[in-house]
Amino acid sequence: MRHFYTLICLVFVLLTFGNSSIAIAQVDTFKFDTPEQQQRFRKLSDELRCPMCQNTNLSGSTGGVAEDLRREIHRMIVEGLTDADIEKFMFDRYGDFIFYKPRLRAETAFLWFAPILFLLLGFAAGYMVWRKSKLSVHKSASLDVGQLNRLNDLLDSKQ
Amino acid sequence: MNRLAFFVPVIAFFALALMLWQGLYLDTKALPSMLIDKPMPVFALTTVDGEKVTNADLPDQVFLLNIWGSYCLPCLIEHPTFMRLAQEGEIPVVGVNYRDRQNLALNWLDDNGNPFEFSILDESGRFGIDLGVYGAPETYLVDGDGVIRYRHVSVLDESVWREEFMPAIAELRDGVSK
Repeated sequence: MRHFYTLICLVFVLLTFGNSSIAIAQVDTFKFDTPEQQQRFRKLSDELRCPMCQNTNLSGSTGGVAEDLRREIHRMIVEGLTDADIEKFMFDRYGDFIFYKPRLRAETAFLWFAPILFLLLGFAAGYMVWRKSKLSVHKSASLDVGQLNRLNDLLDSKQ
Repeated sequence: MNRLAFFVPVIAFFALALMLWQGLYLDTKALPSMLIDKPMPVFALTTVDGEKVTNADLPDQVFLLNIWGSYCLPCLIEHPTFMRLAQEGEIPVVGVNYRDRQNLALNWLDDNGNPFEFSILDESGRFGIDLGVYGAPETYLVDGDGVIRYRHVSVLDESVWREEFMPAIAELRDGVSK
């Protein structure tokens, strides 16, 4: 039975992580001057999101607009624009949506820092619960002088 | 104090539930346009009839800019609305023939009727990128100064016209007359 569960886990791991390596990419029909340029093209079209087929990146999408945007990325790389220039080009036209990883700005700050905020809130709540339970344990475990005397009397009388 | 401690999680739960519940009805397909309150991108292209066209040829009053293509089935659904608007002279409509072929576009206009002042030919989709278009049909509302004021993604039928465009257009025209 145990081996069965191990097998199931293994299958899930393979399905989860193996999948990314067999994702089909619609790239590599463009010519570049250097391998470095090609590398940048791959990276950008993997990180940018297709505005039409909303859950795929540009490199994986067959959508018309994705095809056009890949062509534009290629053009800009060959023309010598930097990655920052290309990202700005995309942002000016399609907004934050185009980035799978939103850029840190005033509007996206909550998105970035909310997890830390929630973690701190969780710690605070946990600490309060812990302190309260510690206090109540102390209260019930400690006896006042009268109770102690009575306890001693009881124990003595038993002997 | 104890009361408060009891109600805080309850209130937090309802706030979260309300937020998620609204999220269920959010239209995640329609993205906000980055070009709202920005001028129309600069262009020098041709129309589907082969005539040169630039920003100077755009109407100098409030107009609609409709992104269409002969391959686009939803465009046929909204087509009668544009025909009516053009015939009744309610508002000028400029077309952008997006990622299409010129001869197919001309045939489509012959078959279905032409509600457009003119249609800008954008076979490569390059002009569409400058507009932030991601697929036909989309319709932009542009004011007399050539500034984009509103975008509607997908079909613009009579109810969208009444509920979204008419109030926005009335507001823009009021602003001009004042």
